[in-house]
Amino acid sequence: MKRTRLARIVATATAGAAALAACGQAGQGTEGGGDGPAELTLWTHSAGNPAELEVYTQIIDDFNASQEDYRVVQESFPQAAYNDAIVAAAASGDLPCLLDMDGPIVPNWAWAGYIQPLGIDPAITDALLPTAVGEWDGEVYSAGYWDAALSIFARQSVLDANGIRVPTVEEPWTQDEFDAALTTLQGAGYATPLDIGAEDTGEWWPYAYSPMLQSAGGDLIDRETLQSAEGVLNGPEAVEFFTWFQSLFERGLTGNGGQVGNEEFNNDEVALSYTGVWNAQASLEAVGDDLLILPPPDLGTGPKIGGGSWQWGISSSCGQLEGAQAYLEFSFATEYITQFSDNQIVIPATEEAEAASANFAEGAPLRPFVDLTPFAVLRPPTPAYAVISSTFERAAKDIMSGADVPSTLDQAVLDIDADIAANDGYGS
Amino acid sequence: MSTPLQQGTPAVATARVAAEPGGRRRRRSSSRSAAAYGMVAPAAVLLLLFLVIPVLLAFGLSFTNARLISPEPPRLVGADNFVRAFTADPTFLRSVLNTALFALVVVPVQAGLGLVMALLVNQKLRGVTAYRVIFFVPVVTSIVVVSILWKFLYQGDGLINSVINSLTFGAWDGMAWLNSTATALPAIIVLSIWQAVGFHMIIWLSGLQTIPEELYEAARMDGATPRQQFRNVTWPGLRPTMVFILVTITIAALGLFVQIDVMTQGGPVNATTTLVYHAVRRGYREQQVGYGAAISLIFFVLVLAVALVQRRLTRDKD
Repeated sequence: MKRTRLARIVATATAGAAALAACGQAGQGTEGGGDGPAELTLWTHSAGNPAELEVYTQIIDDFNASQEDYRVVQESFPQAAYNDAIVAAAASGDLPCLLDMDGPIVPNWAWAGYIQPLGIDPAITDALLPTAVGEWDGEVYSAGYWDAALSIFARQSVLDANGIRVPTVEEPWTQDEFDAALTTLQGAGYATPLDIGAEDTGEWWPYAYSPMLQSAGGDLIDRETLQSAEGVLNGPEAVEFFTWFQSLFERGLTGNGGQVGNEEFNNDEVALSYTGVWNAQASLEAVGDDLLILPPPDLGTGPKIGGGSWQWGISSSCGQLEGAQAYLEFSFATEYITQFSDNQIVIPATEEAEAASANFAEGAPLRPFVDLTPFAVLRPPTPAYAVISSTFERAAKDIMSGADVPSTLDQAVLDIDADIAANDGYGS
Repeated sequence: MSTPLQQGTPAVATARVAAEPGGRRRRRSSSRSAAAYGMVAPAAVLLLLFLVIPVLLAFGLSFTNARLISPEPPRLVGADNFVRAFTADPTFLRSVLNTALFALVVVPVQAGLGLVMALLVNQKLRGVTAYRVIFFVPVVTSIVVVSILWKFLYQGDGLINSVINSLTFGAWDGMAWLNSTATALPAIIVLSIWQAVGFHMIIWLSGLQTIPEELYEAARMDGATPRQQFRNVTWPGLRPTMVFILVTITIAALGLFVQIDVMTQGGPVNATTTLVYHAVRRGYREQQVGYGAAISLIFFVLVLAVALVQRRLTRDKD
């Protein structure tokens, strides 16, 4: 008797669970059915970014009006919540047909089988900046309309007044020159001469500082095998770089106070700012012709900047593959790429759009960013990247706060290698 | 006149007595039991879905190499995750230490401060309700908001440094409290106590108000000083409240997460990493669900042990 009662409770609970699960699935039925155009759901991370959203809305409206087989429906998420929403949707098999994702995540999702090879006209992806295309295992899985770039912002007048050479792409600052320039500027009254952006958190850290490590001769992981960080993230070059990185903070040449963004530079509280193209418009308005957009210093193997921004892919569960491909091919028109670049101040991914853009054409004020794109290095294309990213951020922050450099890097290597080993080398 | 304090025990006893014949009757009438199960069902379903099943899942996952996103099915790896936690993950060990330190400081200080505040606002003064409200405001403020505000307060040029600077007539240079390994955890302890102490003040206050005035009257007639009154009337009367407060603060303190996530992300140099934060970081952000589950399981066992010890200690004195 007792047992039947228990069985009844379990049955009730299971029924309740099933009902709840059914509610969770209810939002899914968007893939076609009926006689009208098949519906394709599209997710963007752009909620709260009207400039970007405006272009998407226009592309979607134009696409929907241009043909009668498919109808694209857009859903936008705020960027902070976007990756969580995607991972949750992926884990529960609820992914939309079309989705955008941050470049370094692409290999992870391709490996996991959440997205499929794009299969769009290769002429389109071949024409894009190499860093605007996401590949895994020899296949193209994602493509983006633009890329970002990092540079050092400075004022011509400040460099001239302190007798500091203006570096060029051909002849960037060496590490010693850069260090000396910071010391000079500190002497000239800038309490912390460089805003390196260390108050930011998350993906910014590997995006911004792993190129410096690469410039110094280290890396996040052995790029040949993608199996171990040993000797690369904790090799002598890496130790030397991080020791210098730490000393920048110790000597007060840079800091992690202040606000995320470029206000300190615009207000002339710092002399140099290591930041991205997305802050350039505001600085141009604040500083005018005096603004210099300089390559980052050459720490040994030439200057490097991070590459790989938001890109578009098609989920494996997409029931309307042809529609999704048609939409993507439609969207890579020069007109739209130019509009993204103009609205958002990002580097357009094709040469045609570059020439047509207001900010990045030959002679336009932000052109120097385009000259930096050959220095772009992709973050390592491995499914282990989620761990690498988090581990690198933690290690670099600890070093910034004064942790012992070699042992911190050794531990980071252990953490990364342990994850790769626990996943049997991620199938490669 | 029976005292409210003594009512507690007889009431419980009555309930127990009443429950027994109820139990016998239940066997006879199954329609009544069906109704009872129906009423329990919503809570039971929710508990099952969001507590029992996740706990069982975590238990199972902790012995696998499961990932949040992976094409490979999880594989059993035995106790590897636990071995890794204790031998190859110094951040985990540091998290245990930080969590213990946090609880060791917060539990007595927050409980004590709450009691002092409750005694203060328990006086029959004009405007005392205003003070109760003021002390309680941080409790109803979202901890995320509180953490963000305090992050600003703790900055090198933040309000706290300005105040110290003014009080010391400029002798204080200011420091970024959350940036130093020595001050980051204490800074978070202070903020956490400030945020939560109002809640425990209210609980103490409710305890204080169950102590009948007659006992104080009698004590005063016997010539007891205020201190003696506190020791012999107030404190024994607060005992059930004390046990409750001890248990709730301990559990809340061991689960420290939001402040860390918002303010320091476990840094600088692991000075503020905690068990729950570490489990979330490994299990979710780094997608190592199996390892995260193992950390959660260890956390579960530790909390259970602490709770059992507390129960034992507080019961022995009865």
